[in-house]
Amino acid sequence: MTDKMAVIEIPDLALAMPEMFLLGMTCIILVLDLFLNDKTRIITYLLAQLSLLGALLITYNQTGTEAVSGFSGAFVRDSMGDILKIFIYIVTAIVFLYSRQYLQLRNMFKGEYYALGLFGVLGMMIMVSAHSFLTVYLGLELLSLSLYSMVALNRDSEASTEAAMKYFVLGAMASGMLLYGMSMIYGISGSLDVGEVGRFIVNNGANNIILSFGLVFVVVGLAFKLGAVPFHMWVPDIYHGAQTPVTLYIGAAPKIAAFAMVMRLLVDGMEALHVDWQQMLSILAVLSLALGNVVAIAQTNIKRMLAYSTISHVGFLLLGIIAAGPDGYSAAMFYVLIYALMSTGAFGMIILLSRAGFEADTLDDFRGLNERSKWYAFMMLLIMFSMAGVPPTVGFFAKLWVLEAVLNADMVWLAAVAVLFSVVGAYYYIRIVKLMYFDKAEDDTRIVADIDLKVVVSANGILMLVLGLFPGMLMAVCQRVMV
Amino acid sequence: MLFDLPILSTLIWTPIIGGLLVLMAGEKWARMSALFFSVLTFILSIPLYTQFDVSTAAMQFGELKSWIPSFNIFYQLGVDGISMPLIILTTFTTVLVVLSAWEVIKKKPEQYMAAFLIMEGVMIGVFAALDAVLFYIFWEAMLIPMFLIIGIWGGPRRVYATIKFFLYTFLGSVLMLIALIYMSIKADGSFSLLGFHTLPLTLEEQLYIFAAFLLAFAVKVPMWPVHTWLPDAHVEAPTGGSVILAAIMLKIGGYGFLRFSLPITPDASSELDWLIILMSLVAVVYIGFVALVQSDMKKLIAYSSIAHMGFATLGFFLVFSIIDNTGSWREAALGMEGGIVQMISHGFISAAMFLCVGVIYDRMHSRNIADYGGVVNTMPMFAAFMVFFSMANAGLPGTSGFVGEFMVILNSFKADFWIAFLAATTLILGAAYTLWMVKRVLYGEVANDNVANLKDLNAREFVILGVLGIAVLFFGIYPGPLTEVMHSSVEHLLQHVSIQKY
Repeated sequence: MTDKMAVIEIPDLALAMPEMFLLGMTCIILVLDLFLNDKTRIITYLLAQLSLLGALLITYNQTGTEAVSGFSGAFVRDSMGDILKIFIYIVTAIVFLYSRQYLQLRNMFKGEYYALGLFGVLGMMIMVSAHSFLTVYLGLELLSLSLYSMVALNRDSEASTEAAMKYFVLGAMASGMLLYGMSMIYGISGSLDVGEVGRFIVNNGANNIILSFGLVFVVVGLAFKLGAVPFHMWVPDIYHGAQTPVTLYIGAAPKIAAFAMVMRLLVDGMEALHVDWQQMLSILAVLSLALGNVVAIAQTNIKRMLAYSTISHVGFLLLGIIAAGPDGYSAAMFYVLIYALMSTGAFGMIILLSRAGFEADTLDDFRGLNERSKWYAFMMLLIMFSMAGVPPTVGFFAKLWVLEAVLNADMVWLAAVAVLFSVVGAYYYIRIVKLMYFDKAEDDTRIVADIDLKVVVSANGILMLVLGLFPGMLMAVCQRVMV
Repeated sequence: MLFDLPILSTLIWTPIIGGLLVLMAGEKWARMSALFFSVLTFILSIPLYTQFDVSTAAMQFGELKSWIPSFNIFYQLGVDGISMPLIILTTFTTVLVVLSAWEVIKKKPEQYMAAFLIMEGVMIGVFAALDAVLFYIFWEAMLIPMFLIIGIWGGPRRVYATIKFFLYTFLGSVLMLIALIYMSIKADGSFSLLGFHTLPLTLEEQLYIFAAFLLAFAVKVPMWPVHTWLPDAHVEAPTGGSVILAAIMLKIGGYGFLRFSLPITPDASSELDWLIILMSLVAVVYIGFVALVQSDMKKLIAYSSIAHMGFATLGFFLVFSIIDNTGSWREAALGMEGGIVQMISHGFISAAMFLCVGVIYDRMHSRNIADYGGVVNTMPMFAAFMVFFSMANAGLPGTSGFVGEFMVILNSFKADFWIAFLAATTLILGAAYTLWMVKRVLYGEVANDNVANLKDLNAREFVILGVLGIAVLFFGIYPGPLTEVMHSSVEHLLQHVSIQKY
């Protein structure tokens, strides 16, 4: 007993410093919010932003090259995790900033959004640093539970409630699948630790039917959380049903965490089985690219369209992981980081165009934007071309790198499928450009927004171009952490 | 002081930054500032010619900077005798395009001018890039301003035309990207174009890569049967858009064959040269007939562009049968130079033809040949220009249109009599469709009141057409300066393609 107790020592705790800080802050916010009224609620918002900033500073300070694990190996701090966490903070901070005005105008500016959002971030951080099946699951559930309740945040809206219900039922099923798979792998390897499982597979050979079954269920669970076809059914409904700030939240940072989960489980834990999961992921990737891109064309609601576009981007992300090796993983990591930025930008534009009592969530709401505001039309143009992967925007480099990794792994046909479907995808992105630039505006209301929203949306759009011209630094970072 | 600048970078970035400034300058100053930047770029491009060393085939005015080190991508620029004339053609044409839009474009002129200036910089980038990724970025980035130009300022079916244009060219080029990445993996991660030229590739690899390139460049040229986007895009584009499309964007396809397909995959080109020759001849003969029946002036010129570009590609790919027949690659130089001269000359002539149509379209708002007749009576000066350019389009000796066609036809006799015969039908067909249009539009009785009320060219239009007229005449009578600069580069290229790569 004393041995077990001795495992948790001071350095162990320091390892999880950002997590503990964020947990503490979130609890403080949760309590403090009870004593605030609608006028002073801005304090909750500011504190939430401050917590993210604090966590960012702590994580940044910890950044080192050596990977350190603690909590009996259940938790690991490494450079990949640090970078992913830093991006999760930044993206979530942008999400909070975009949502503030929207929530205020709709009388939904409540502490719950921020408390749940921060708990979600905590869940993501645990997923990123998890090195045991148990911690992976803990992080995932913390994130998922926060997301379910965030979707239902607007309890009077039928669409939101329905979406939350769907999300909960399907999400619980996916978690069940994942747990079932993990239990099989635990049964055969006798360990929950990702590293131990990896060593067991290497030592005892990958040719084991229970192991393969366990892998199948784990992949199903992961595909569900990523939203890869054929486990994508929840994505469009949840994106559509949830309030835009919540969709914005779901669409960005959790994808980074899901990527981390894939890395921890499939790469750290079961790389020896990569021949098996490569095949499974190839099917998922091709289906996602095909269905996501084709069905997005038929959408009239931009949130639904972006949901299907997410599915196709997940396909591309999977390609990087399929390519395997440091090159493939860093390509996938670069892709997911860029994707998170593009996605926040796109939803940020929807929020910018929305106003009290009006949701700019159909494609037609973008009609003639160039006449209303040349600047924001240009920002949206940059984001759309970036999503389509047209240079000189950064989306091109994200795709380029993944393609390079795929070709390097000798899978020419997969690369060909990917680029052909990205041509299909280009159609619905340029359709938005067409609406903004070639059509007449139907309503010419001036775009009214607070200065912080305007500045950050602009920065978000410009970033697509700047990162497109100078992608080298971020690429080097992604490359370094995967070695 | 001027000559210390990295001249190619200056040429690329002056118009791009200028375009952004024009955007900020607002509606009032858009025209003047755009003219300033386009003229400035043109003046800056003159040293490219005056300081060009004609005795070498090496890349000149080279620049090399590390851009994305983790990916081995360089900002590498340089020009040889093939790309240099095309860059000057670009800077020259953009000045005319800016002038041609002066009073005509009333809707958001600052965006219009900015789009063309940014386009200019990007197109120069395409011609100057010596790194495959840099090239691809410029190549794709070109689509964005053109997409907006056709879509915002185009005719009634502009949305259909511009989306077709975008998707067609995008589809054509994505497979090229895969080919480029594939080669960089073969070349140990280097994206250098000159490195690709010497990269050993098996015949099978070359065939795949050639196919990917062919799709990209054939769409751009455009070659039959992937030409269908061009008539739509041309008809719907504003005058300036048509001019840039015909004068420069089509040349980028031809340039691609010279810079990529031939030197990187010489053996596959040799295997499949019959295919390109066939496609070129179909373009010359069949598209010539198609042009004959058009009732829309812009469509007619668009089809004539396809036929004329068929000559350029024919000239490029005759090389292999000439080497087979004569045993010497030197014999083929005439055809390839003819193809390049044809590209440059077509740049002037098609620009002039589209500007002519633009002149009467601005007055009558119709491109239908049937709506015209007897224009010569009210616009004698215009009629003189139009007849002159039409003659050039039909390949009249003494104009630049004759030089390229003559060189290609002459050279094709060395390959095969029947190729030469079919190519020579263009002299009849070209004259038929162009002159018949001229007859219907310019001559005869004054067709209606609208024609009767037409006003002749104003000073601005006169200057634009006059400058082009001088260029067409000059290169028709004395093509020496043009063939002189490209000679070393063409010989180098021919020597390179005559050696087996595997």
